[in-house]
Amino acid sequence: MSRVLLNGNAAAAWGARLARVDYVPAFPITPQTGIIETLAAWFASGDAEGRMTTCESEHSMVTAAAAAAATGVRVFTATSSQGLLYAMEMVFAVPGWRAPFVLVNVSRALATPITLEPDHSDVLAARDSGFLQIHCASCQEVLDSVLLAYRLGEDPRVRLPVIVNQDGFHLSFTREPVDLPDAAAVDAFLPPFDAQQAGFRASRPVSQAVAVLGGSPYSYFRYQVHLAQNAALAAYDEIAADFAARFARQHPAVEAYRCDDAEIVYFLIGSLSARARLAADRLRASGLRVGVVRPRLLRPYPAAALRALLAGKRAVAVVDQNLSMGSGGILHGELGGALHGHADMPLLLSFVGGLGGREVSDGEFAAMAREAFAAARSGEVPEARLLYTAGELRELRKLQAVAGLAPGSPR
Amino acid sequence: MSEARYRSLRELPGVHALAAGTAMCAGCGGLEALHEVLDVLGTRTVVINAAGCMTLLASYPFTPFHGSWLYTSMASAPAGAQGVRDALDLLRSRGRIGADDDLTAVVLSGDGSAYGMGLSATSAAIERGLDFIYLCYDNEGYGNTGQQTSAATPHGARTPTSPGPAGHAGEKKDLFDVWVAHRPRYAATVIGAEPLDLARKVQRAASLAGPRLILALAPCPTGWDYDPMHGVDIGRLAVRTGIWPLKEYVDGAVVHTHVPHPRLPVEAYLSTQGRFRHLFEPLRNDALIGEIQQRVDRYWQNVG
Repeated sequence: MSRVLLNGNAAAAWGARLARVDYVPAFPITPQTGIIETLAAWFASGDAEGRMTTCESEHSMVTAAAAAAATGVRVFTATSSQGLLYAMEMVFAVPGWRAPFVLVNVSRALATPITLEPDHSDVLAARDSGFLQIHCASCQEVLDSVLLAYRLGEDPRVRLPVIVNQDGFHLSFTREPVDLPDAAAVDAFLPPFDAQQAGFRASRPVSQAVAVLGGSPYSYFRYQVHLAQNAALAAYDEIAADFAARFARQHPAVEAYRCDDAEIVYFLIGSLSARARLAADRLRASGLRVGVVRPRLLRPYPAAALRALLAGKRAVAVVDQNLSMGSGGILHGELGGALHGHADMPLLLSFVGGLGGREVSDGEFAAMAREAFAAARSGEVPEARLLYTAGELRELRKLQAVAGLAPGSPR
Repeated sequence: MSEARYRSLRELPGVHALAAGTAMCAGCGGLEALHEVLDVLGTRTVVINAAGCMTLLASYPFTPFHGSWLYTSMASAPAGAQGVRDALDLLRSRGRIGADDDLTAVVLSGDGSAYGMGLSATSAAIERGLDFIYLCYDNEGYGNTGQQTSAATPHGARTPTSPGPAGHAGEKKDLFDVWVAHRPRYAATVIGAEPLDLARKVQRAASLAGPRLILALAPCPTGWDYDPMHGVDIGRLAVRTGIWPLKEYVDGAVVHTHVPHPRLPVEAYLSTQGRFRHLFEPLRNDALIGEIQQRVDRYWQNVG
């Protein structure tokens, strides 16, 4: 093992290299491109053995990835934002092929307006696709999660593709100290891909992804993917425990920070959780019992683990870096669905923040906690809201004036 | 060319690679072509399908294919072929499968995908030099949804989305030329009604490596509106009127494998199909028939 400085993109590439991926169909998109450039350089130099094919679109890239996985090789690919959405038809199609591979998504907000900066609208649009989803909060986690993802997706109980998500810029372009596991230790943790019954061979013809006639076989096969997702919950815990035993790093399905005695917790995914942990530390220094709950696994949804962690808490401030227009924060809605009807569950407050790379300040974390305590005391949950300050609005009005719109214009 | 070449119909394979009894319409010209193509290619194939009529060939738990099958999407079948081919190459080069387990990757798509939605993926696959055969059954419309106008619909044909008195105002895209502009290893037009010509071209394609197109005009009884019993006659008329030139591109040159002489007037073909009935009834549209004839004449004038 050695410790090096890596940004999230390099960490993802190292994960693929240590997993000894055979095949990488690729297409560049900011902020992901560093991943495929790093792998391309290693394939060219011979530092890693693998083949890269540059596709003409992410739609083709995901098709090629799944087709190669269905032929029996270990496949890695990566994308971001509009690229993930361009591929979305295939993102929803290929989990049914039951051919595991890993896709690293570098989260970036979606048009319109078009932007390069991060939020989780892209990866959450793939929420219902059948891909498993692991969400990372550090560059170390990115590397480790790629290895975990192969073990999990290739597990005979699961056999599904996996998205490993990292935040654009905050992780993809930010260097952190990362422990590089020894290749031999990774080999022991992650044996070569066993294609099982998959694979097109002259001696063993197979038909893949065929049509069905009628809702009954359709329902059956769709539900099989759902059951495989559910089976991935237990499989993940086993695999993460094995990983921890070998590499001394814990990557639970749900990370709980200072939660044991917490009255109030922040609930969020991704690298913003680092700021939530700092906020919890500061609030605890002033005597307030605050913790952080961060699901790493979002598909399958670890509902039972979340209920166990949140039972007895007074209130949860859910911070969504996404916006389901006409509904609100997606994490908030999902958590409500998981907790509702169970005894001793906390109140849920909904905050949408960090859209398109907007910072969530320390002051806002403190304010969210204050509101959560107030709600816990009064029993009344405030309206969901967007984190957006009066100062920001004044600045935006100036931009609108420059753009030629009258102050106060609705656009 | 030095490879073996079928000399007569009697030499064509007697063992069929595609089983009978499928969900295709009676008299499907695409299925006819697919039968003939697979008879030559054999069963060591993996058919990578784009959304279209033939997606229903493999309907769980049945398949008429003795080889393998992978359905992808309407736009990305060539990318599926890329993934399969790349994976087979990797497995071969690492000794994880033997040569006897290798397969020919065959994309199977209709004109809706081949001429339109799938063209970007096709162009990219050719440009990458992908070793695959692309079989397009061209029934000149979105046949599976009721023969709406596609980029392959001929000028003047009436379709549910070109229902006016003059039919489709646009021109049929020249997919053969689009392929040739990419400098592929091989490209050919075929039709099931000329099985010897078809078999020779598939034989030649099979002897080569790289991107290869087999573009089959696929008379479609339901979409073109004719009695299925006339399918072969209509296919032959497409060739004898010069509307569907039989040709191939190999080693940088286009060669016509059949020059119709004398060429029959286009109306001998047009008048067989309901989609062109408005050219003849209630009043004969000499201007439009003449326009179609002129286009065909101009094409053959330019054939050296």
